[in-house]
Parts: sequence; C-alpha cells; structure tokens
Amino acid sequence: MSLNLEDVARIARLARIELSAAERETTRDQLNDILGFIEQLQAVDTTGIEPMAHAVDVVQRLRPDVVTETDRRADFQAVAPETEAGLYLVPRVVE
Amino acid sequence: MSELINSSLRQLSAALAAKKVSAVELATLFLDRIDKFNPALNAFITLDRDKTLAQAQAADEKLRVGAGDTAISPLTGIPLGHKDIFCTKGWRTSCGSQMLANFVSPYDANVVEKLAGAGMVTLGKLNMDEFAMGSSNETSYFGPVKNPWDVSRVPGGSSGGSAAAIAARLTPAATGTDTGGSIRQPAALCGLTGLKPTYGVVSRYGMIAFASSLDQGGPMAKSAEDCALLLNAMAGFDPRDSTSLERPAEDYGRDLEKPLAGLKIGLPKEFFGAGMDDDVRAAVDAALAEYRKLGATTVEVQLPNSGLSVPAYYVIAPAEASSNLSRFDGVRYGYRAPEYDDLTEMYSRSRAQGFGAEVKRRILIGTYVLSHGYYDAYYLQAQKIRRLIAADFVEAFKECDVIMGPTSPSVAFAFGAKSADPVQMYLSDIYTISTNLAGLPGMSLPCGFGANNMPVGLQIIGNWFGEAKMLNVAHQYQKATDWHTRMPEGVK
Repeated sequence: MSLNLEDVARIARLARIELSAAERETTRDQLNDILGFIEQLQAVDTTGIEPMAHAVDVVQRLRPDVVTETDRRADFQAVAPETEAGLYLVPRVVE
Repeated sequence: MSELINSSLRQLSAALAAKKVSAVELATLFLDRIDKFNPALNAFITLDRDKTLAQAQAADEKLRVGAGDTAISPLTGIPLGHKDIFCTKGWRTSCGSQMLANFVSPYDANVVEKLAGAGMVTLGKLNMDEFAMGSSNETSYFGPVKNPWDVSRVPGGSSGGSAAAIAARLTPAATGTDTGGSIRQPAALCGLTGLKPTYGVVSRYGMIAFASSLDQGGPMAKSAEDCALLLNAMAGFDPRDSTSLERPAEDYGRDLEKPLAGLKIGLPKEFFGAGMDDDVRAAVDAALAEYRKLGATTVEVQLPNSGLSVPAYYVIAPAEASSNLSRFDGVRYGYRAPEYDDLTEMYSRSRAQGFGAEVKRRILIGTYVLSHGYYDAYYLQAQKIRRLIAADFVEAFKECDVIMGPTSPSVAFAFGAKSADPVQMYLSDIYTISTNLAGLPGMSLPCGFGANNMPVGLQIIGNWFGEAKMLNVAHQYQKATDWHTRMPEGVK
C-alpha cells in the first residue's frame, strides 16, 4: 500500500510537523520509497516469535520513592525560549 | 613535541608522568592543530580554549601532586573531543541540529563526567549528523565534515566529526555513539579504531536519545589499545540510565597480549556476497590471511536473517526516534519559531523549522509505523524479526569466538553520491546494523586501503560482553600490521 497526500498530512499532524503543499508531495514520494523498502518484512513468517523490545533481557529496575533531585529551576529555565516568574510561557490556550 | 600527535594514549600518559610534557602543552598542541586544520574539515563545531586550558591546568595540578594519588588515572591530562550528542555542562550541546543550536547544557552526561573524572581534558565538541541520523555527516545543521584522506569525500556518520578529528590528529581520542553503525562506519571510512560496546555497558544518561533500545556510546581512537583504556573509564553501572547493566567492573585491556593461536573466526556468508566492493573485499581477505598467520582459523557461519536487519532497523529506529524527539516542542529548551498563532502552530512550526529533512523524514516514518492500525504490521513485526536476527548470532557463536567481515560495503564516497536517495544511504550500514539489533559489541579497525587510497575497515563482532576478547583480537592484528598508524598527507 502507498500513502497519498491526505495520509501524509495526517501523519504530519500527528507528529506536529508543519509541511507546505510542496513538501507534502516530496515527503509522500520519499516515505513511499522507504515503506516500499520495509515492506519485505511482511513476507516473513513470525508466528510464535516473541517480540524483542530490548537488546538485553533484564527487568525494569526500581528505585526507592525518595527525592533525589535538587532544585535547579533557574539553570533549567535559562535555556528555555520564554519564561516569566519561574513559569514557561506559551500562547494562550484557555480564553 | 609534534611527534606526540601520533603517540598512543599509553605513550602520552608516560610522557605526562615523566614530566616530558604538561597537560597544558599537550592541549595547546592539539588546539593549535585545530586552528590550523579544522576550518577545512569542519570536525569541531564548538571550541572554548579557556575552558580547555583550565581543565588542563587542573590535570597538571593532579599530576604534580604525583603518582600514587588516587586522583590520577592513565588518562589524566590526555585531551579528547566529545561528539556533540553528549551533554557537556557549560558548553553548547547541539546534536548537530538547529533545534539545539543555542542549547548550553546545564549538566554533564555520565560519559563526560567519567572521562573528566579520569582527568581527561575536553578540546571541544564534534560535528555529527543531525540527531545522529545519517551515514555521511551531510545532515548536520553546521555543514558536512570532510574526510581528511580526501576532502571531496564523506567521513561517514553519524560520528563523522569524531572520526575526522582523530584521523587528522586534531585529537588523540573522541567519544562516539552507535545506533546502527555510527561509530564503526566512520571509523572504517577514516582509517581508525572504534568500538561499540554491548548494549547497557556504557550509560546513556546525558546522551541525547535517538533510538533508545539501540543507542550505545563508545570510544574512537587510533588503536585497540587506546580504545581499551578509554572504555575502562567510560563503562560502568549508572542508576540514572534505566537500561544500564549492573555488572562487576572489568579491565577491558586484560587480554590484549594473549596470543591468537586457536582463535576461531566466524565468517558469515551473508557478509561476503554481492554488494561488497572488490577493493574492500581484497583488504578484508588480506586481513583474514594475516589472522591465519597469527594462528587463527576461520569457519563459515550463517546469519540467515541478516538481510532483514536494515528494513527492521528502519522501522524500529524511526519509531523510537519519533517518540524521543517529541520532547522538542519549543517550550522548555531548543528552537522556537518566531511567528505562530496558537500553541499547536507553535509546536508544528518550531519542529518544521528546527529539524532538518532527514530527521523529519524519520519522525514521520516512526509516527506512521506506530499509528493506530499499523503498529502490529510494522513495529511488532520488526521486533519479532529483531529476535530472529539475535537468535542467528546465538547459533553462530556456538561455532566461533568472534565474527569478522567488512564494516562498510565501500570506501568513503563523494559528497552528494547518496544524499538524494534515503534508501541507498540506509544501505551503507548493511553490515553494522544487525549488531545493534542484537545488542552485541562490535569494532572496526583499519585493514588497508582501497580505491583512491581510501581506508578500509575490518569489522569484528564479539559475543555479548566480549569486549575484552574483541580488543585482544584487534590488538594482536595491530601489533603485526601498521595500517592503524597511517596518517593522511594533507594534515602533516
């Protein structure tokens, strides 16, 4: 199966990446090339094979529920595009 | 003094201990070479001479206090460069992207912390493919890195800056990361030695995430002996990385001097078929002949599913990348578009402008394969095939101690040769990707020169946690040959 321009627009919306009309066409062609290449995976019989999510089979390590981080708000906000009074600023979302 | 640019780390360590050179003099030697040669190569993208010299002075102070001091390691006072994927406190950490072009990290990656703790001196940050997505260094926001062996050719990627800087003797060592071959392929294309450890050996804390189940940091240097010293300092359990493995500390150099008599080398027939250039084949065959002279025997092994590794990787890696890179939203750090009408537009425009073409392509592929209705067909199927690929290695290692083959199907190619065709570019990593999928350790070391006098890399794949064995196998070859000592003419 191959993607059409609407599919590309939907994927771009899900990924929160703005694409111009011209970019949508190039993107459609390139994504279809890549999907055509990975299509060969469909022909493999994987009945009964356990999916491998990680390179090494280990169980998730848990840590005690205690505070380990120090307050470094000023350091972390120094690299933010826009802050005020210790808060991150974004466009208004509630009218 | 200038002969030190070709010294091994052990020789540099001895020169520092004997006070034949100071850490400040050594750092200055390399900083001056960077000033001279980097403009043509574009390997370093962030330098801070004052910071570097301050670190070197601190190292000299440690060395002055003297041997026996626990603060001194064999790496104290030796300079290195960090791939710009590693967060370095107070230094710009861009990951090769406009998205992070102004990001000065508020903390150090575990690897940076450990190497600094060992007394190493940071020369600067090294160029790379944007977010480590690329095999040629052409996707960097800061422009491509040039291969010091021929500046019309790519250095490989994504750790291309690290590779070019070592090849040009702008640094004796560098860090790299390898998600699908990003340490080994540039090491091969620039004539160096690079090692990707077993997944979980080196902490990923502070290493900007691309595909978390595959990403692994490792050393790049001129020789296996150097890589062993670096890995000793880089490896170890870190509770801040949930996939870091709790294992007893190892001396990765412990077996370097073991003779190779009786070594069984597995040669996967899938790695020696069509697709490998003749010049690469000739150099790899000659290396195998050398190994037989050193007492090793070769046996054919089979990795029947390895042909599926590139397509499986291009489902798994983009899927994980699409999730990891969702954090770049223009809110807490990174690029924010100058104009937008609402929050959604701020996100989507910041991401459209801040990311380059290849990164966006992979995020879109990843988003698609994880989306409703396609998850089972793509992502789950790829994960099942990943298990088949790993199981092939388990079988193969019943027949041999290490696996060998080419690192890359060709020597370094010209700029633009593959950049218009993503799938062709993806196939550059055809011999390296299966190692990442299985979580195995892998190395590349120089084994000769091919067409146009460009370096060829021999790949060694070890069994899980077989780093010391791989390093032994590589070191014995490097004692018998001198490919790893060659240096490009243009930077002499």
